[in-house]
Amino acid sequence: MTTAEKYVTAAYLVVLAAVLLYVVIYTFKLQRLERELAELAEAAQERRT
Amino acid sequence: MLALAAAALLLAGVSLAFYWAPEDADQGFSQRIFYIHVAVALTAYACFGWAAWKALRLLWKRDQRYDLESYTAVHIGVVFGVLTLVTGSIWAKISWGVWWSWGERQLVLFLVLFLFYSAYFMLRYSTEPGPRRASMSAVYALFGVVLIPISFLAIRLAENFIHPVVFTREGPQMSGSMFFTFLVCFAGTLALAGSLYANELLGKRLDERLKELREALA
Repeated sequence: MTTAEKYVTAAYLVVLAAVLLYVVIYTFKLQRLERELAELAEAAQERRT
Repeated sequence: MLALAAAALLLAGVSLAFYWAPEDADQGFSQRIFYIHVAVALTAYACFGWAAWKALRLLWKRDQRYDLESYTAVHIGVVFGVLTLVTGSIWAKISWGVWWSWGERQLVLFLVLFLFYSAYFMLRYSTEPGPRRASMSAVYALFGVVLIPISFLAIRLAENFIHPVVFTREGPQMSGSMFFTFLVCFAGTLALAGSLYANELLGKRLDERLKELREALA
């Protein structure tokens, strides 16, 4: 693999890595939202009873 | 659906860039960064333009939902801005032997544009949520969009440059297959940005709704 090929591949991999990182961060965000929603549902249930 | 289209287009674009597009006579293999670097840069411009449009709508209609839409577009634009700087830097290293050149007006202007929109978050989070913050953010996003044509035209107005100019008044200065590959990559990055925008907006709206619910239950 030539130096140019390595750099070009690295540039494309950077974009791929950014997308994957975004998906991971977003997964954590969804988990947090789900947790908060469960807590609120529990609080609403307690208030009702 | 948009995410699937983005994945398919980007996969096709990368395959075309590596295996189908002809090698550039001047730059050789390193020119293949062009397909992703320029597509990502134009997508960043599109995101900032979209943010400005939503900001204008907010100032015009006074509808607060445009605030979140403008903010989300800036958010995605900054992500694409980082990718533009990183891929551009890699290309500069192969072509010019340096990671960055302060003498290049287009690079510096893109950096200014990127830093301007990065500062948007500082402005936004330094004020209390509400109509005042929404208006301030909208005005800031609108000011930023002025930098886009300046950044785009800077290289065309400069006399001494080493950054290549591909899109001129005579059309794209490349072969048909190269231009087609670029269009596929550009469609892919636009679809990716659209998909990220839709998901991010959904997440931010959910976050706001949960906050309202929490306050109502407190």
